[in-house]
Amino acid sequence: MDEDRLTCESDKTVVCLRGITKRFPGVLANDHVDFQLQSGEIHALLGENGAGKSTLVKILYGFYHADAGEILVHGRPVHIRSPRDARALGLGMVFQGFTLIPAMTVAENVALFQAELPRFFSPRELEQSIRAASDQYGLALDPKAPVWQLSIGEQQRVELLKLLLAGARILIFDEPTKVLVPHEVEALFRVFESLRAQGFSIIFITHKLREALSCADRITVMRQGRVVGTLLARAATEESLLHMMFGEKLPEITRSPGSRAPGEVVLELRDVCTRPVGTAPALDHVNLKVRAGEIVGIAGVSGNGQRELGDVVLGLLRIVRGKKFFLGQDATSWSPRQLVRRGIAFVPEDPLSMAVVPGFSTLENFALMDLQAFSKFLGTVMNWGKVRTFFREGFTKLGLSPLPEPVRASTLSGGNLQRLTLVRELSRPYHLVVGLYPTRGLDVRSANAVRQAFLVAREQGKGVLLISEDLQELFSLCDRVLVIFRGRIVGEFRPEEADLTEVGRLMTGAGVLHGS
Amino acid sequence: MVLKSTSNRWVWILFRLSLTVVLILGVFGLFLWALGKNPLKAFQDTLRLNLLNPRGLSEVVVRMSPLLLTALGVAVPFRAGLINVGAEGQFLMGALLGTWAAFNIAGLPPALHLVLVLLAGMVGGGLWGAVPGALRALGWVNETITTLLLNYLAPLIVGYFVFGPWRAPELAMYPQTPELPVVPYFPVLPGTRLHLGFFLGLFFLGLYAYMTGRSRWGLELRAVGGNPEAARRLGMPVERWLLAAMVLGGALAGLAGVAEVVAIHGRLKMAVSPGYGFMGFLVNWLAFANPLGILIMSFLLAIIASSGFTLQITQRLPYAAVNVLMALILFVVLAKPFRQGVRR
Repeated sequence: MDEDRLTCESDKTVVCLRGITKRFPGVLANDHVDFQLQSGEIHALLGENGAGKSTLVKILYGFYHADAGEILVHGRPVHIRSPRDARALGLGMVFQGFTLIPAMTVAENVALFQAELPRFFSPRELEQSIRAASDQYGLALDPKAPVWQLSIGEQQRVELLKLLLAGARILIFDEPTKVLVPHEVEALFRVFESLRAQGFSIIFITHKLREALSCADRITVMRQGRVVGTLLARAATEESLLHMMFGEKLPEITRSPGSRAPGEVVLELRDVCTRPVGTAPALDHVNLKVRAGEIVGIAGVSGNGQRELGDVVLGLLRIVRGKKFFLGQDATSWSPRQLVRRGIAFVPEDPLSMAVVPGFSTLENFALMDLQAFSKFLGTVMNWGKVRTFFREGFTKLGLSPLPEPVRASTLSGGNLQRLTLVRELSRPYHLVVGLYPTRGLDVRSANAVRQAFLVAREQGKGVLLISEDLQELFSLCDRVLVIFRGRIVGEFRPEEADLTEVGRLMTGAGVLHGS
Repeated sequence: MVLKSTSNRWVWILFRLSLTVVLILGVFGLFLWALGKNPLKAFQDTLRLNLLNPRGLSEVVVRMSPLLLTALGVAVPFRAGLINVGAEGQFLMGALLGTWAAFNIAGLPPALHLVLVLLAGMVGGGLWGAVPGALRALGWVNETITTLLLNYLAPLIVGYFVFGPWRAPELAMYPQTPELPVVPYFPVLPGTRLHLGFFLGLFFLGLYAYMTGRSRWGLELRAVGGNPEAARRLGMPVERWLLAAMVLGGALAGLAGVAEVVAIHGRLKMAVSPGYGFMGFLVNWLAFANPLGILIMSFLLAIIASSGFTLQITQRLPYAAVNVLMALILFVVLAKPFRQGVRR
């Protein structure tokens, strides 16, 4: 990759990041990252979620401040303290969430973004300039259309138009294709090409290989906060990129082969479909079985229906087609209450928002596990002594030291919160535990406590459904791993015989990018 | 961080409350001074006539009775994460349905009749709370807006009855009903206007403190308010709780309304509430749903309501001057969540 060793001072380099380091509490998001953007190129920033791509571009755009490292724009060192500074340097960023005002027209939204909007301006001139720009870059936008009428793809192009009319020459797109349907993706890539032809430089973030290969000139791959390498797109292959994204070797398996064969089916989804909510994908004919004494993993890039899958299992999301069975009974229309009572435990990614009440003490939060059992006289009296006993026992059973009882949940660390959730959920009688990214954002020890608890659950003959992005985790714990992409199960593997390249290919939508 | 020990927390709450009071009285003092009055003298008179005088004190407590109940009517939904601005409307609908029960139920022993009248008041307020509760539980409309709007509707309905079908024939010039038949049986402390409503208020305050603090129901209610997402995932019937909290809140405000009609006015008329529902909202937001805070703050707001009359007599100020005081309190109340947000 010698040809990519451009110096930061080269005329062709418009943006150069050198040694960018950014630490968030508990995570090293960017670890001495070097990155160069050349004039007139489309540069894909490729990597898994949490690889540090978003952090990097947000540092460039002045949202975050790097702990170390320097930024050069057109060869000159710059200090970008805010997005305003970035815009003054000709940078523009299209975010994942749009910043448009739905009730206003395209023209009005664009006008609001202009740095020097005169106190009185001519709507006609503005409309003309929008129309001209729209034609020039192939955006196909009507300045008079109210934004709420536009499709997501069109709204994205309004964001782009705002930047273009404000004079941006270096454009950054944060996962632009995440919210788009396939034909909109193609349209966006055509816009990229027309912008490149007119001398704009583009950075776009993606975790989909095919997209990077189909439209970028160069591809920089990040993994765990570091740049693994930068390749010319025409020199890159899917294999080489996958290896860069996920590492070379299959994670070693630490799971015991299991003392008994998987038992009867605890959970079954048969041809389950849901309705899409917002921009999230709907489940599309999902078939799934979890047996007693078995850990079934769901692999996928987040936002491909994992959360919906978890919600369907917990009865929070309505099934519009297909059936769900729990312990052999038709549970398709059971309420969350019924499912929880029949024995589903749930360990989510962010306990503070999904599992615990922040203002409650640890003990009160624990009591929520089964308020009926912990109260007397029609619920008028709580039996805190009993709660306390179960609380301590629960921690001891999982080999953890009990948390102090009067501590408010909102003040606990992420790891301790997850321990509390884990102990509460696994202390009541259950048959199935659903983990929704249960180890995301946790330190290694806490993450291992969660994994250990899941393995113990399996030993005890419970069913485990583990939704995760961490392939290492999935392949070290699971008996079977299913791959989900855009709400569909696109593959199934046993860890012993899995081909990581193939798993990565399916996760990133190879073969189904434009299909379906 | 470990929670502050219980005694410390009480000290902190009391400190906060007294600071609020001092601040408000200070600004109101400036206002009186700007009007050319002597604020110290005004405060002195208010103190002397309302607190240091048994008759004055009993009048303060009379005003405190509906406040306790309307404040609880705001506090119960508050615990479920709901903002009930509609205690005023629920108060009036309680008064209305209670009046209906007083006139239309006959042939029962007076004590039983009285109980039914009070229950009817609770039903009236509860139904008026159920509408926003149901709309919110269905996820259709935010309860703050509906409760607020229903406040405008309730007086119109009461107005229809007191100007129309229920109007007392013997006093045709006043839009009001005849005296309610249960009035003579309503327990009142002899020599004062202090009535059963006050003791009902205290009873429900105690019940509220116990139920929210100690019972399973309270824990569930607060869990729904504290993190609805988690509550739903724990299998709690979140929607049912939202509805129940609004119905309970409305019922308490409705009880305040019917008690006020029976004990103070004896008949239903437009002016049964000088804004007790709104003042109850203030009480709850000053107290942040804390039971002791509700007790103290309803007492303080009752003093303010009474002092309106005192100022009228001693300082020749219009009664509306206390509205300035109320507005000041409102500012403090509105500033409060923001301050809390900053502290975290």
